[in-house]
Amino acid sequence: MMRYIIKRILIAIPVLIGITMLDYLIMSLAGSPLAMMQGPRVSQAAVEAKALQLGLTQPIYIQYFTWLGQLLHGNWGYSIKTYQPVWEMISQNLGPTLLLVGVSLILGFVIAVPAGVYSATHQYTKGDYAAVTLSFLGTSIPSFFLSLILVYVFTVVLGWLPSGGMTTLGTGGDFWDVVRHMLMPTAVLTASFAGSNIRYIRSSMLEILQQDYLRTAKAKGIGRFLTINKHAMRNALLPIITVISMQIPMLIGGAVVVEQVFSWPGLGLLTMTAIMNRDYPVIMGVSLLSGLIVLLGNLLADILYAVVDPTIQLK
Amino acid sequence: MAKHSKQTLEEQNRSYLSTIGRRFMRHKLGVISLYFLCTLLLLALLAPWITPYAPNKLVGKFSSPPSAQFLLGTDQVGRDVLTRLLYATRISLLVGFASTAIATAIGVVLGLVSGYFGGWVDMIIMRFTDMVMSFPYILLVLVAAAIFQPGLWNIILILGFVDWPGVARLVRGNVLSLRETAFVQADVVAGMPTRHTLFSEILPNTIAPILVYATSVVALSILDEAALSFLGMGVQPPTASLGNMLNGAQSITILTTKAWLWVPPGVLIILLVLSINFIGDALRDAVDPRNIRQ
Repeated sequence: MMRYIIKRILIAIPVLIGITMLDYLIMSLAGSPLAMMQGPRVSQAAVEAKALQLGLTQPIYIQYFTWLGQLLHGNWGYSIKTYQPVWEMISQNLGPTLLLVGVSLILGFVIAVPAGVYSATHQYTKGDYAAVTLSFLGTSIPSFFLSLILVYVFTVVLGWLPSGGMTTLGTGGDFWDVVRHMLMPTAVLTASFAGSNIRYIRSSMLEILQQDYLRTAKAKGIGRFLTINKHAMRNALLPIITVISMQIPMLIGGAVVVEQVFSWPGLGLLTMTAIMNRDYPVIMGVSLLSGLIVLLGNLLADILYAVVDPTIQLK
Repeated sequence: MAKHSKQTLEEQNRSYLSTIGRRFMRHKLGVISLYFLCTLLLLALLAPWITPYAPNKLVGKFSSPPSAQFLLGTDQVGRDVLTRLLYATRISLLVGFASTAIATAIGVVLGLVSGYFGGWVDMIIMRFTDMVMSFPYILLVLVAAAIFQPGLWNIILILGFVDWPGVARLVRGNVLSLRETAFVQADVVAGMPTRHTLFSEILPNTIAPILVYATSVVALSILDEAALSFLGMGVQPPTASLGNMLNGAQSITILTTKAWLWVPPGVLIILLVLSINFIGDALRDAVDPRNIRQ
């Protein structure tokens, strides 16, 4: 087991380095971040001095190795726009995003697991059709449109909920204040997560229900409840783990649009601003972080497979 | 003898297709969706002939509410909303189908090569696939859209180049199991060229799952184009797209008082994506070999 984990981490390192190289290459194609600085009031000499200071005059691979070298010393670089350390910016914005997306992911599962299981065990009934149709609706509504509808109903018409931000300006923002701000963005994200999860859980549950061991369990006469909850659910955990690992990247990048609409001060908003300003160090930081999390998520999923299913041997 | 066996093969093919067709028709929502999509496709294609106004021409007062003259009103600069809606549907469908075609082509070739040859080739292609997949999807699209000037064809290319890993993995998985089947082994023994084995023996047997997967990619691409255009990084005005028609709704006055500007394009996106997803679902049921005997 330990050897397997170490081997997987060793494989992940070149992939991660590959990701950062790809990032750097793509961004170097984007053009100079100083293009945003130019204007009638900025002299050419100032721009050149700035480029020299940031090391932008050097060839791209030297820039990359400089960045990588600093990273290995724990330095994620500095924002070109705000001069703040990148790591500080990311850690400030990480919390709100993890809170928003984390809660939505959990809610998505809390809704999807019972709905998916019910739908599969009651295939071709009215309840099944309702669950499937709702799940299709959840995946087919553009998140920004659902956000607009919610803002229209709950902010404009009813005036119950604030339209954006994380806390009311001027107040420190206690627990309930944050909850009130979170309700709408969480609802939007939950709808899309639950939508895709229901269908996935339903189809994998349907497959499991056809297996021989379930017929055996039924034949034993242990009753419908135990058959489904003990024998079928345990095997359905595998596909559920797969879905979780597939949705882990969402923790970082999944909420860009929703954060933008609701001005939620998270990583998505940070990234969007960084992209607009061509703030390379910040974009690199976010990409690196997301790559790390995705690879960790995949590793975690593989280990969980082995925990849940004793027939899987990790080598 | 040879002629005889060929004939039965053709008959078999025809009966396979008609079985799939028949079973597709059993999925009511799928059939309704198919009719809806075809109608929409027709309306979108015929837009230049059936709309009374030009999409980018100022034809009325600013932001006038729906009336007999302008069925869905006019937008902030006085263009007919219904006309623009039809032209925008054209753009959305074009983006959906064109980027899916690109993604499928890339994914199929890489998946076939990776699955069939295995070894180092497989290793490199799959690690590259991992890399593309481990980017947060929307982030990659946004960065790419920021780099290459946003615009219709760039959006199509970007979405096409981002969506292929799923297809590649799907095809690779199928190839891995097909490679061990008797008819592929027979080809290898008979010394058939690899190209023939790959494209004439293996590929036709993976068409069904690819087709099902591709419908979901069409739906996703349409959603992504809408999101990008909504954020102002997709299809650029004055060209109408369903996403950028909603862009104005970020302002509170439009959201509150001018519902005819943002509700119709939003509803149209939902219906479009929903119908494509239902068609995909019906197709999945129809081609699933476990349902064939029923």
